[in-house]
Amino acid sequence: MSRDEAATVTTDPIRDAEAQLLAPAALDEAGLDQVFSRLLRPGVDFADLYFQAARREVWVLEDGIVREGSYSVDRGVGARAVAGERTGFAYCDEIELPALLGAASAASAVARSGASRGLEAFRGKPGHALYGGDDPLASLDADSKVALLRRAEAAARDVDPRIERVVASLAGVHDTVLVADSEGGWAADVRPLVRLNVSVLAAASERRESGSSGGGGRYTYERLVAPGQVEAYAREAARQALVNLEAEEAPAGNLPVVLGPGWPGVLLHEAVGHGLEGDFNRKGTSAFSGRIGERVASPLCTVVDDGAMAERRGSLSIDDEGHPTQRNTLIEAGVLTGYMQDRQNAGLMGAARTGNARRESYAHPPMPRMTNTYMLAGPHEPEEIVASVDRGLYAVHFGGGQVDTTSGKFVFSASEAYWIENGRIQHPVKGATLTGNGPDVLTRVDMVGNDLELDTGVGVCGKEGQSVPVGVGQPTLKVDGITVGGTQA
Amino acid sequence: MSDPRNELPAAEELERLVALALDDARGRGATAAEAAFSSDLGLSANVRKGDIDTLEHHRGRDLGVTVYMGGCKGSASAGALSEAAVRDAVRAACDIARYTSDDPANGLAPAERMVQDPPDLDLDHPWQLSADEAVELARECEAAAVEADARIENTEGAGVGVHRGLYAYGNTHGLFAVLPESHHSIHCVAVAGHGEAMQRDYHYTVARDPAALEAARAVGRQAAEHAVARLGAASLGTERVPVLFQAPVAKGLIGHLVSAVSGSALYREASFLAGSAGRQIFPDWVQMVERPHIPRALGSAAFDAEGVATADAALVEGGVLQRYVLDSYSARRLGLATTANAGGVHNLEVAHGSDDLDGLIRRMGRGLIVTELMGQGVNLVTGDYSRGAAGFWVEDGAIVRPVQEVTIAGHLGDIFAGIQAVGSDVDRRGGIRTGSILTAEMTVAGQ
Repeated sequence: MSRDEAATVTTDPIRDAEAQLLAPAALDEAGLDQVFSRLLRPGVDFADLYFQAARREVWVLEDGIVREGSYSVDRGVGARAVAGERTGFAYCDEIELPALLGAASAASAVARSGASRGLEAFRGKPGHALYGGDDPLASLDADSKVALLRRAEAAARDVDPRIERVVASLAGVHDTVLVADSEGGWAADVRPLVRLNVSVLAAASERRESGSSGGGGRYTYERLVAPGQVEAYAREAARQALVNLEAEEAPAGNLPVVLGPGWPGVLLHEAVGHGLEGDFNRKGTSAFSGRIGERVASPLCTVVDDGAMAERRGSLSIDDEGHPTQRNTLIEAGVLTGYMQDRQNAGLMGAARTGNARRESYAHPPMPRMTNTYMLAGPHEPEEIVASVDRGLYAVHFGGGQVDTTSGKFVFSASEAYWIENGRIQHPVKGATLTGNGPDVLTRVDMVGNDLELDTGVGVCGKEGQSVPVGVGQPTLKVDGITVGGTQA
Repeated sequence: MSDPRNELPAAEELERLVALALDDARGRGATAAEAAFSSDLGLSANVRKGDIDTLEHHRGRDLGVTVYMGGCKGSASAGALSEAAVRDAVRAACDIARYTSDDPANGLAPAERMVQDPPDLDLDHPWQLSADEAVELARECEAAAVEADARIENTEGAGVGVHRGLYAYGNTHGLFAVLPESHHSIHCVAVAGHGEAMQRDYHYTVARDPAALEAARAVGRQAAEHAVARLGAASLGTERVPVLFQAPVAKGLIGHLVSAVSGSALYREASFLAGSAGRQIFPDWVQMVERPHIPRALGSAAFDAEGVATADAALVEGGVLQRYVLDSYSARRLGLATTANAGGVHNLEVAHGSDDLDGLIRRMGRGLIVTELMGQGVNLVTGDYSRGAAGFWVEDGAIVRPVQEVTIAGHLGDIFAGIQAVGSDVDRRGGIRTGSILTAEMTVAGQ
């Protein structure tokens, strides 16, 4: 998939953020100087403030009933002081000077002694403009939001009379952040995020199966209103449920597995992505620690993490430390080339920042996280990849996954898969969990397709209790052996 | 003067704001409304390699309001507690209610079910621990892990968490109830070995009363033992064998039961246990009872998230499912009465036999002990179960070696019906209390 054209930005995010976050409390440079002088206790190397105002809404249509509508607002500031490997963090949910001073004092208590650093004068840091700043919540009126959900439901029911139940949901976020740091960094971002999801239940005789699909990105609802878009998600959800009505027991044991393009890239997210986050490697607790320059994948595999793609769910114009995002090559032709870093871990490891500092909200400290993680296309036709398998699994849709970054063991769970015999796709099989070893699994990739796809914009990644939106992608690829957790031994 | 950052609001202040929300909602034409406000204070200190890793101060405030205009419902929330935030939220919720559907199942829980004079369950035990003291305790915990075994070559740190909260709920039946609560914890994550053989494991203790916590050094030692025991773990062949879910993961198995008999899954017909009330789904000796009023327990609550009074109630008796797990909405959709489970179950206790974990291992003879489960491969619509696992291989009633990179698969209905024994090693850290669970054969897949 190619890069989209960068969106036209009509407003200046820094001016927008200042007006929204600082102006109501009349917070000026003198006030912030006061806050930073509390944060920069002797011994503190670096401090930052993360101002945020986020508005969110969710609409849910359940079997023709507009079941839920909810709206939330959250504003606040996170204050962080970093002293070597130490991090002090506190937050407040009012953006006003007295509360900020209290949070700054609490956060800086982490430093005990050492050199004093001064605050450098703030200067605006440009990010790129990867998406527009328009408010998704205001981009459609409530009637039109409900109408969009009704379109999705109708499209799902139109597929087949066996589609018995349909739940469609629409979620939008308008998030404005401003990051000020003790080195004079002054950066802002206005982040839209929308998502439409359709879940269905199909029933035939005694069987019931579910299917779900959806998509979105960093734009307004207008994109979802485009003819055919929500209908495509709805039909996909219905198709999955109907396929699963025919599914037979899944195989158990070590088998060749062909993974379809797009969302099955959750493999990369779990098998290598988390293990390449800077914090685990700085602490020496990742199965990939100290392995830069080593072969960790077959020469067919080049894996990147790119936070700078236009309008994608995992993209950010600046990361949550105000650093511009970029495309980072993690594995190049099978060789480990880099980790994903935030400021603290990059500094401690003598590495460069990579624009991967992320946080769930102002109430959480940042850490190195993925953005959009995917494998580049390879030389093979998808059909020849399937045709190369004697007996194995073709898995095209997945639920989530999980990894133990220390042992490298990971799982991801197929929700739509087929049995392959003699190079031909046979019947569908039930969902099964696949498990493998991160540093090993990509060395077993012996075919990579020319059909790179990114997911449709539904991913959520959890780490240490913090959730952030992410993207994944890959071409069709084959792993010559991985453990498949079905019931048929 | 005390630091306002270290104070929770007075209960009277929450009552005033709840009343304001309910009055404002009525003023905007709501026929009913409910409001839940909370305020939390906390400190978490994490130490790694003897030095502070992170020191975090938590101070969260949240308000949520739901309004009903007849059968139309709207909700709004804010991360703040102020008059302005309350009024904005009520207005937003009322705006939304103009667009949601008129659903006769919507509304508050019945007035006659509201809690009256909620019993004091002794859930609030502040821990007067300074940041320095918390750091020192975390340091002790980590040091104990490192000293416990020479193979502990690294750690992901040890932490101490202190938390206090005040939760208030009110609705237009005239109910206002406030619940002060605390919970505190100590945890440690130890790393044994290095390079490709490296293994990580953890231990934690959590309690409402700091006096009930395990000692910090004991937590560190346990974490070290767990991590060292994993060294040399390998996969298995593929075969059908009995599986013993150790208590901390057995809680998850019971959690799947709770989800599958919960109202939201049932009225959507999205559960393999739809229509199973009154049916035998476990062996006839299996008993499960919810006990919401255990003093100081983590899952205790005098009322549920809709203000409904809780009471002891059987879930499974003689292996037969006695009831579902319902809030008022799902109950109305199913033509039943709420079971005071809005927000979940409260201290669901699984009755156990006399065997401890070692006894269960002897009884299993040959099979897999599961100590960790990975991934989300549980399909509650069909009951199909397939998850990544790690643990220990057992031969002749004794642990032979550690296991990793395997999957276990089966059908939840078969797993429930095939339960052989529940151990006396009950894990009480949470809303579900069970010992280890020995099941009949499942498919274990490996290399």
